[in-house]
Amino acid sequence: MADPIIQMQNVSKFFGDFQALRDVSLDVANGERVVICGPSGSGKSTLIRCINRLEAHEAGQITVGGTTLTDAPVDLEKIRGQVGMVFQQFNLFPHLTVLENLCLGPRRALGLTDAQARDRALMYLTRVQIPDQADKFPRQLSGGQQQRVAIARSLCMEPRIMLFDEPTSALDPEMIAEVLDVMTELAASGMTMIVVTHEMGFARRVADRIVFMDKGEIVEIGTPEAVFTAPKSPRFKTFLNQILNH
Amino acid sequence: MFRILTLLSFTLLLSGCSGNWGWYVVDPTTPTGMTNLKFMASGAYNTILMSVTAISISVVVGLLVALPGLSTKRGWRMFNRTYVEIVRAVPILVLILWVYYGLPTLSGITLNVFWAGVLALALSDSAFQAEIFRAGIQSIARGQYEAAQTISLNYRDTMRYVILPQAIRRILPALGNQLVYMLKMSSLVSVIGMQELTRKANELVVVEYRPLEIYTILVLEYLVLILIVSTGVRWLERRLKASDTA
Ligand SMILES: Nc1ncnc2c1ncn2[C@@H]1O[C@H](COP(=O)(O)OP(=O)(O)O)[C@@H](O)[C@H]1O
Ligand SMILES: [Mg+2]
Repeated sequence: MADPIIQMQNVSKFFGDFQALRDVSLDVANGERVVICGPSGSGKSTLIRCINRLEAHEAGQITVGGTTLTDAPVDLEKIRGQVGMVFQQFNLFPHLTVLENLCLGPRRALGLTDAQARDRALMYLTRVQIPDQADKFPRQLSGGQQQRVAIARSLCMEPRIMLFDEPTSALDPEMIAEVLDVMTELAASGMTMIVVTHEMGFARRVADRIVFMDKGEIVEIGTPEAVFTAPKSPRFKTFLNQILNH
Repeated sequence: MFRILTLLSFTLLLSGCSGNWGWYVVDPTTPTGMTNLKFMASGAYNTILMSVTAISISVVVGLLVALPGLSTKRGWRMFNRTYVEIVRAVPILVLILWVYYGLPTLSGITLNVFWAGVLALALSDSAFQAEIFRAGIQSIARGQYEAAQTISLNYRDTMRYVILPQAIRRILPALGNQLVYMLKMSSLVSVIGMQELTRKANELVVVEYRPLEIYTILVLEYLVLILIVSTGVRWLERRLKASDTA
């Protein structure tokens, strides 16, 4: 691969005796959009949470932007500065306003002044199409709006990589599109993205590659055309039939 | 006629001396009663000052003891458990006597009555505060820590801006209870001569031989103090809730 920004080599992860990742290898190029799908419990969340070290892997090697992941605080700082993450449950800070949610990281971790952080926050709020909700508290927003705030909060840190863990799974159906639109726009801007999702329409439109996981392993990787027209493994075939007919 | 009148006044006089009540000692319409009441109320200042100082210290110490209790490292958790178990096991009265009479011999530092009382009350309360903080912090969802990590906040900023503001809202009723408890327990410091509400009442009883009336007033004094505190706490809770939703 020409310019891999993420390299995972033979990564294994255990929770006690249970092996959640089995010898997973995956390279992601700079600017690439990867969609990960697979049945519940197959290790999708664990995989992307290893990339920003919310989970520590036990075997193998992960390199992000040239930094190899270890427990050293310096390395961790470098990685976290480059990698943004959006969670299924939004995880906004409920006691802070939208603007305060967005400004906290830039002010405390990047050392921006209040005015700089505010300008940046308002810019990204405009980008996720909710510039007028800055002074509201998260609970006053719809789920779709909350998730867009969460995306803006990550973008305020100006990461090189964005990880999405089922960003639309907790949303009412009518709000899924507004979040996917923002993500599609982000993809068009050249952001490196790894997205765990079962939104196959989005995957087909946006993904450069689709990764299918099952039982802690990467079972199949391919371009959307290849994968959707002719999935190789029977497990992927079954999975696709299940969600497409759902 | 004269005999009847004498008999009547004699009976009245008798009942005034040997009956159950002699409110004249605390009757605000008489000069003596007023002086006595003022004397009793003058202890309120020390009761409040001592309780508020002690709880300010115990909240800080409690938090500092609670944090290692949440550590992943066993040694830190051991420190937390040991502190809490030992301090919680000592009766407050014993702690007051130990700090006032014992500590100077041990350390060479002599504390005046006020600071000995404050130290003993704070020490005793800090174990409870530690438990309250630990439970409060533990009640905050893991996603809040993870979101803070992904926007590169360090441990201190995560606690200060994300976790503690939410935890404190949750434990506010418990902190209010501790202040009420502290106001009551401060009465024990009277045994080492602290001029607070209970001590003043005791001294007046020695002079006036009217324990029932004087201690009844003492009960009312504590009642008023504690009603003020619980009203204040409820007001604060409402205000914090309002700032969340408004
Ligand atoms: N913190 C944890 N402790 C124990 N087991 C876990 C933990 N997190 C995930 N697992 C297990 O690891 C497996 C993979 O989980 P996950 O990566 O969340 O799957 P997915 O996101 O594909 O649904 C599941 O069987 C899950 O129960
Ligand atoms: Mg998951």
